[in-house]
Amino acid sequence: MFILKPRKSVPLSLTLLVPIVAIALTLMMGGVIFGFLGYNPIEALYEFFVAPLSRPDQIGNLLVKACPLIIIGTGLVFCYRANVWNIGAEGQLVLGAMGAGWLALSFPDAQSPLFILAMAAAAMVAGGLWGAIPALLKIRFRTNEILVSLMLTYVAALLLDWIVRGPWRDPMSFGFPLTKTYPDAGLIPALILPGIGRLGQLHWGVVFAFLIAACGWFYLSKMLSGYQIKLMGDAPRAGRFAGFSQPRNTIAVLVISGALAGLAGMIEVSANIGQLQPNVSFGYGFTAIIVAFLARLNPLAVIVAGLVVALAELGGDTAQISMGIPKVVTGIFKGILLFMLLAGETLTRYELVRVKAHHTQDQQGRS
Amino acid sequence: MFDELLLTVLLTSVPLILAATGELVVERSGVLNLGVEGMMLMGAVAAFGAASLSGSPYIGIVSGGLAGMAVAAVFALFVLGLATNQVATGLALTIFGTGLSGLIGAPLVGQAIDGLPSMTLPLLSDIPLIGAFFKLDIMAYLSILIVALTSLFLMRSRAGLILRSVGINHDSAHALGYNVLQVRFFAILFGGFMAGLGGAYLPLVLTPHWAEGMTAGRGWIALALVVFASWQPWRVTIGAVLFGGVTIMQLAGQARGWTIPAQFLSMMPYLATIVVLVTISGRGRNVFGAPAHLGKRFFMTR
Amino acid sequence: MRKMLTSLGAMLAGIAMSISAAHADKLKVGFVYLTNPGDHGWTYAHEVGRQQLQDHFGSKIETTYVENVPEGPDAARVIRELVGQGNKVIFTTSFGYMEPTLKVAKENPDVMFDHITGYKRAGNMATGNIRFYEGRYVQGVVAGLTTKSNTIGYLGAFPIPEVIQGINAFARGLRSVNKDASIKVVWVNSWYDPVKESDAAKVLIAEGADVLAQHTDSPAMLQTAEKAGVKGFGQSSDMHDFAPKAQLFSSVNNWGPYYIAQVQKVLDGKWSTGDGPDHWAGNTWKGIGDDFLVLSEFKNMPASVAKKAEAARAGIASGTLNIFEGPMKDNQGNMVLEAGKVLDDGGLWGMNYYVEGVEGRIPN
Repeated sequence: MFILKPRKSVPLSLTLLVPIVAIALTLMMGGVIFGFLGYNPIEALYEFFVAPLSRPDQIGNLLVKACPLIIIGTGLVFCYRANVWNIGAEGQLVLGAMGAGWLALSFPDAQSPLFILAMAAAAMVAGGLWGAIPALLKIRFRTNEILVSLMLTYVAALLLDWIVRGPWRDPMSFGFPLTKTYPDAGLIPALILPGIGRLGQLHWGVVFAFLIAACGWFYLSKMLSGYQIKLMGDAPRAGRFAGFSQPRNTIAVLVISGALAGLAGMIEVSANIGQLQPNVSFGYGFTAIIVAFLARLNPLAVIVAGLVVALAELGGDTAQISMGIPKVVTGIFKGILLFMLLAGETLTRYELVRVKAHHTQDQQGRS
Repeated sequence: MFDELLLTVLLTSVPLILAATGELVVERSGVLNLGVEGMMLMGAVAAFGAASLSGSPYIGIVSGGLAGMAVAAVFALFVLGLATNQVATGLALTIFGTGLSGLIGAPLVGQAIDGLPSMTLPLLSDIPLIGAFFKLDIMAYLSILIVALTSLFLMRSRAGLILRSVGINHDSAHALGYNVLQVRFFAILFGGFMAGLGGAYLPLVLTPHWAEGMTAGRGWIALALVVFASWQPWRVTIGAVLFGGVTIMQLAGQARGWTIPAQFLSMMPYLATIVVLVTISGRGRNVFGAPAHLGKRFFMTR
Repeated sequence: MRKMLTSLGAMLAGIAMSISAAHADKLKVGFVYLTNPGDHGWTYAHEVGRQQLQDHFGSKIETTYVENVPEGPDAARVIRELVGQGNKVIFTTSFGYMEPTLKVAKENPDVMFDHITGYKRAGNMATGNIRFYEGRYVQGVVAGLTTKSNTIGYLGAFPIPEVIQGINAFARGLRSVNKDASIKVVWVNSWYDPVKESDAAKVLIAEGADVLAQHTDSPAMLQTAEKAGVKGFGQSSDMHDFAPKAQLFSSVNNWGPYYIAQVQKVLDGKWSTGDGPDHWAGNTWKGIGDDFLVLSEFKNMPASVAKKAEAARAGIASGTLNIFEGPMKDNQGNMVLEAGKVLDDGGLWGMNYYVEGVEGRIPN
């Protein structure tokens, strides 16, 4: 029989190879599915992954689509490195959008260029607090953060739904569930590239997404407290011996990832929508989980991973427009990609070894 | 009037009972499968497609269960064979199942089928107030039977004891010579079959339709329900009826002129689950049957 | 290996060229859909219109559509994508596309945009809409003559003016023939959610309703009615096949003529933002009289009822019957329209009350 044996050291080549092989396998499987459905696989893959980048404005749109994924993904890297399973980023995003929206709607005459920063802060506080709930419950009552953060996602979505249909609804919206539009000071302007001008929907939020990912990388790999997060995740006992506090670590990573998800929500609304509506996210919080895994929990790689996953999202539209392929295919790609990555992760950490008889001693790994 | 409302509540709760009972067994074996929503959707589309092609809703029931089981087998392959992270693998299953069901179902949108007939039991269904319990359909009656059998299996049989011990501590169970992976594999397949049945109930009974994502979050409710029921099969039934009641009351409340916003009623199941989590987790784990090794990876390294 | 790559590259290039070179001379018309066109409701009606448009112009135009486009930032991107792929006329078929359509219209002055059901316009953005409420008055008449319990169940999607108009028009029709009947409204908070629509229908039947009407899009309500042995009205398309015994008739949205007229104007170089007065609803807002709204065959009702329904239909079509003509009271008993006055279109879009015959209050 086969068993999984931990590798003594993981070669760098393997670390880099896994995501690439995972993507290649996903594409192959996608091609098979397309063929099965009666589409020309090459043409379909072309429309899915190449055609969305055939015009400059589409590159702008790709960056915009990747923006929330990168920001949330960076936050999730903190959690997952610490072995804290926040899967409620979607809800934290919604709370962030509401926090920023509250400020924007309370000060319709705001003009200060700093106003947008205040909104970002409000979004991060709201998202961070929403993320702190599962952390506090975990520490105080030992509840499972997976279930609590997931449940809170639904609560958050319903809260937003209620608030835009009820108290915050624009009286002039003719009953449509929309708030007033934000003042101009509460909007994120388009990014005008020197010599090129506007590039699709490209906005300043994208720049911040890159910065956040870079800061996340610097913090996690160069700072002692960043190392602490990883240590508490991999070897909590060793971490405690080193004098680090597990509860504080749990709160920190959940608040950080909640705050970043909240910020992503604020950017999404301020840059693309300009007002609150019942739906502000469209699953970014869940998709970012794939991004974090594809990046192998490295914030710098999150940028690339975010772009790859965003490409699959855009491809769904182009393939549909030109070939009539149903849009849900994007979901299939995302699902298969995540499966492949997870398998790849196991195979980098462990090697399959054939053994004759099995012994009874075993080891419990990371949960 | 009450009778009919109660009937609607019961119908709404059946898919939750089915899916949650399956997930309960999976979680009792120590595996957290967040793919319930995806498995339900696969069950729903397979049931609808099979019923539409064959003309028989009964073939639809079986197909739904098998489809759920098939995608659950993929999940099992990853979390057991490759010891992948259960949370992420479960999410992958939901994302994949949602997409695949939508793709398979695309040509089925807008078609109609003959749903499952209701089986009104004579005499019993005439009892005032509770008559509604006897105006259901074969799947609803079977779901109660399955809950009873699951309860007996878990609490009274040796195999159930083994399954629970695997969930409480897979290392000790392994040391005692039990085949952890095999137990979990069958538990996951059972969970997939039940989620598939739960999904199948939507197009076969609730509305004879296929629509993309028609489970509309019921898979997540089923997950919440397992916790709400603190991993006890009969409590799943009670919880499902309560959850179904909340769903129906927000509609009935409107017809009766209630003013409480529907969103707050919709939040109840999720908030209730958090409250239950806080209550049971705070008092120590195993008193209430929470599997201690839930979601933890099991490696056979030697 | 290198050979393989080269041939693969050549293949890709070939595909790219064939895609971009195809049909360069045809007028390309794009459609943005909210759901899958197989829904047999709102989007389906647009899809039927698109097919009529394609059939009408044949090889002169090429139409494409994008389905399942959420109302939000994605919509703007999809509309831009349609522009990028060379579409010169773009119909966006849901209210929530208003802001995205406007945004993209401003960026692309050489492309004609047509937004369905919105109220914001631009030099190259027209709006089109149907007077859906006219059909609902006729439904009210039929319901009033059909109901025995005097309770009508009404499924609403969202409490927006279009839906409120419909409920009130229904109530006017209902009360014109039956002073004792009243409407119970349940909000589903979705345009398309078959399971929830079916649940809501069951609840309304349990609450005593024996005739059901809907302002949501799936046939689920009618199927539920069919099973429970009560009657109902279809929405957007003829749903007779889903409920042969239950459907009294259906108000069918007939977008084809509008699409054909708009595209004809583009082909003639005479496109304008619309031909009607500047309504909230759109500068083209037409109903039964112009065949924008068509009532399917009256079925499952006695001939006497069908006759009264036909009379109401004809009255609305010819303009002799005014649905909202005073005296009209809201359901709290306040006079909202004096005798002899007729509600204008502004008044229709300002409706924030239920008229007599509707139970409860509009949620806020």
